[in-house]
Amino acid sequence: MPTPFPHDSVGLVQPQLIRFDQPLQLACGRSLESYELIVETYGELNEDRSNAVLICHALSGNHHIAGYHSEDDRKPGWWDSAVGPGKPIDTNKFFVIGLNNLGGCHGSTGPNSVNPATGKPYGPDFPIVTVKDWVNSQARLADHFGIAQWAAIIGGSLGGMQALQWSIDYPERLRHCLVIAAAPKLSAQNIAFNEVARQAISRDIEFHDGHYYERETVPKTGLMLARMLGHITYLSADGMREKFGRELRSGSISFDFTPQFEVESYLRYQGERFSTAFDANTYLLMTKALDYYDPAAEYGNDLSKAMEQTRCKFMLISFTTDWRFAPDRSREIVDALVDARKPVSYAEIDAPQGHDAFLIPIPRYMEVFGAYMKQVAGDIPAVKEGN
Amino acid sequence: MRADLDIIQQWIAPGSRVLDLGCGDGELLHYLKQQKNISGYGLEIEPGNITACLEKGVSVIEKDIDDGLASIRANSFDTVIMTQALQIMERPDLIVDEMLRIGKECIVTFPNFGHWRARGYLAFRGKMPVSKFLPYTWYNTPNIHFCTFKDFERLCVERNIYIQERTVVDHEHCHRWWIKLWPNMLGEIAIYRITR
Repeated sequence: MPTPFPHDSVGLVQPQLIRFDQPLQLACGRSLESYELIVETYGELNEDRSNAVLICHALSGNHHIAGYHSEDDRKPGWWDSAVGPGKPIDTNKFFVIGLNNLGGCHGSTGPNSVNPATGKPYGPDFPIVTVKDWVNSQARLADHFGIAQWAAIIGGSLGGMQALQWSIDYPERLRHCLVIAAAPKLSAQNIAFNEVARQAISRDIEFHDGHYYERETVPKTGLMLARMLGHITYLSADGMREKFGRELRSGSISFDFTPQFEVESYLRYQGERFSTAFDANTYLLMTKALDYYDPAAEYGNDLSKAMEQTRCKFMLISFTTDWRFAPDRSREIVDALVDARKPVSYAEIDAPQGHDAFLIPIPRYMEVFGAYMKQVAGDIPAVKEGN
Repeated sequence: MRADLDIIQQWIAPGSRVLDLGCGDGELLHYLKQQKNISGYGLEIEPGNITACLEKGVSVIEKDIDDGLASIRANSFDTVIMTQALQIMERPDLIVDEMLRIGKECIVTFPNFGHWRARGYLAFRGKMPVSKFLPYTWYNTPNIHFCTFKDFERLCVERNIYIQERTVVDHEHCHRWWIKLWPNMLGEIAIYRITR
């Protein structure tokens, strides 16, 4: 096989682990003395380090955004559809960094890492991290790469919230901010779903108050239920009808409690796969970071005031059938930016896939995304000066 | 540049804040940004136009103007523009009110249904006018609220809207000396500059 990967793929990629020894003060009052972040990069950093793009991940995402870890890899990174040569986030133009956030379970310091103070995994003692904390740790990551100003920071869902927080907390450190399928804070309904997910995990008999590593077990059932619930909220009613309808696996109902409808077995499969690949303590942390997110709180609960801090240009994108973070939630951010007299563009993509749509290469979504990223590329100083 | 946009741009002060309702492919805003250093946004609903705006670097917000502009603060724009879209609005009167609330000054253009050709079409053929300039038939036209210059000016009087300036042109947006003789009969497009 001459080229095992598609021509518009970044190909074979390798993560790298970066260690930070300067203590990081956290919003909860505690601090992390030292920590590691696992990252992947794609494309090349230009000479004046002005073409860097940061991609922030959502609830269950990680640093592996694009490309393949081995030639036998069945699936590429989670946003391979948007990152690569000629794709909206064009790796011929941009140097792209993806990371696993603090508290994650894919290689960055998190609950399943060893606490240097005890020699045991942090478990439930890992501090609750917030979106603001993540942004601070990502700023250190930018320093590590010598990036004074990002060409763009991009994220979907919880990732979009990080991008937005960046624009408020480090206004001079980014030129463009792309916030996709996000919200300025969670609704009571959003928090309610998160709480059910947390209860499913913490009430699993194998959870052991978060100390399940020592007992060499995992709260599989709890994680599975949390994921099944989450998954329902990522799809739309129409999308589910289209995908599963009331299809039966065997053709007839069997009057028992085995999974008979296609949607049941799909959810069980997704939940089970997730329960062996994700850490329960991380899931709890990530949902808390979502619940606590509220950038306007520091500005008298006035989102427009928060947006007044920003200096970059904004692009917001939402999806019509997304009910987890519905278009109205994106419009709240757009309205606040208009009120604060900041440059903002907004597109509402007609798509049946619900919240999940932000990960799917829907033609109009990719077109809008690509058109805006051309603007971002045009604003790279080196290109402007006639390269 | 489209001739009506060329007339409009002369009315925009450098450095001002502009909102363009139904901004199309962003041509006017792009020009104003380049030539007059204005800031602001276009509102648009057609996907192709939105992409075209983004490619030009024009700030464009996807929005159905018929849903209203309530989220925008009063007097927050120097000029609010609406070209050739008044007649497709569900409630043109309410939109004009909203434009005057948001903007210190507004510019509105629309086709004149009192033009002799439209009058003649209806009078002699007994059918709703169809022309190259307005090519739709009655059942599929997006133009649901046609008016004449006289109608619009009457609305202005009723609503205490002050007409600062009016330019009447033909469908190629050219000034013709004879239009001035009987604008509501001879003019095809009017460009109004209004305040309250």
